[in-house]
Amino acid sequence: MKPEEKQNTVELYFMEARAKLIDIAAFMDRVERDGLTDDFRYIAFKEALKELDTDKRTENVLLSLSDPTDELIPKATTKAACGAWPDKPQ
Amino acid sequence: MRYIEPHAHMVSRTTDDYLAMVTAGCKAVCEPAFWAGFDRSSANGFYDYFCQLTDYEPKRAAKFGLPHYSWLCINPKESEDVALAEEVIAMIPDFLPRENVLGIGEIGLNKNSRNEMAVLEKHVNLAAENDQLILVHTPHLEDKRKGTQLIVDLIKSDSRIDPGKVLIDHVEEHTAKYVMDAGFWGGLTLYPESKCTSARAIDILENFGSERLWMNSACDWGVSVPLAVPYAAQEMRRRGYGDAAIDEVFYQNPARFLSQCPNFKIR
Repeated sequence: MKPEEKQNTVELYFMEARAKLIDIAAFMDRVERDGLTDDFRYIAFKEALKELDTDKRTENVLLSLSDPTDELIPKATTKAACGAWPDKPQ
Repeated sequence: MRYIEPHAHMVSRTTDDYLAMVTAGCKAVCEPAFWAGFDRSSANGFYDYFCQLTDYEPKRAAKFGLPHYSWLCINPKESEDVALAEEVIAMIPDFLPRENVLGIGEIGLNKNSRNEMAVLEKHVNLAAENDQLILVHTPHLEDKRKGTQLIVDLIKSDSRIDPGKVLIDHVEEHTAKYVMDAGFWGGLTLYPESKCTSARAIDILENFGSERLWMNSACDWGVSVPLAVPYAAQEMRRRGYGDAAIDEVFYQNPARFLSQCPNFKIR
């Protein structure tokens, strides 16, 4: 699917992406200031940032934060997801 | 513009939301059965909920001139208790003849457990035996990749199920291809934090084609936006799409999938 009148993507999205980038930087400063860098979610977050240098960035960031196993778990002990795979080797 | 909201939990929303949706051009709303935010204490709780979805809520929507449709199931978040799930699934056939029922949904997995999978199999069997459309919920965040693949593999292996009558919802960049390649429809859910933003949902349309994809707000009792679908249409307009393309994605696509159920009659 393609737009009839293609717009300049940088023109459309740069300011929004810039704001999000600064928010990420501020989040990392905040976590480090609070001494929470050993939280598995933050470690997974920093690991996922490396995917920004790959070709399929969005897909690879999502995969980096995903459970890579294929087996069913014996029992669900919680209903919630936390955004990063807790069992990822560190 | 005109659009169909193919996935919204309206029992959790206010009449202001109905008014805003109709004002924005909504022509029909479809409501899958879902988790109430707490576990129901017995199958009777589901009986009452199914009555709400098939009787009371359509009347509430009708006050705003909005046709309301529903999907029935016990959701994956309450599937760990297989005995309860069996009791609930047994009562669903009595509700299938009701005039606003579209099929079985939103079934699926949540944490990818053995019991969730056992209950998913029972739902798929129920749909096959009663020739029903299927709407599938895929897990959240870190559980999505694995759960989506398990779900796709299970349904694909059942020769009674036509993939064109199954919509796998909440796809993202890492799951869309697996769903589309298997011949299923895919749903893009527009959420402020989890799932997709409007811009990413349009990226997915551009990368995977728009033929078998729809967008929904999945608005419920949590942080969600009932007007997310028309907002995404506005984002498409900003990106240079015209009225015809927008109508195809937001009206014709959901109408084409949902019209496979004889109960779905768009005015």
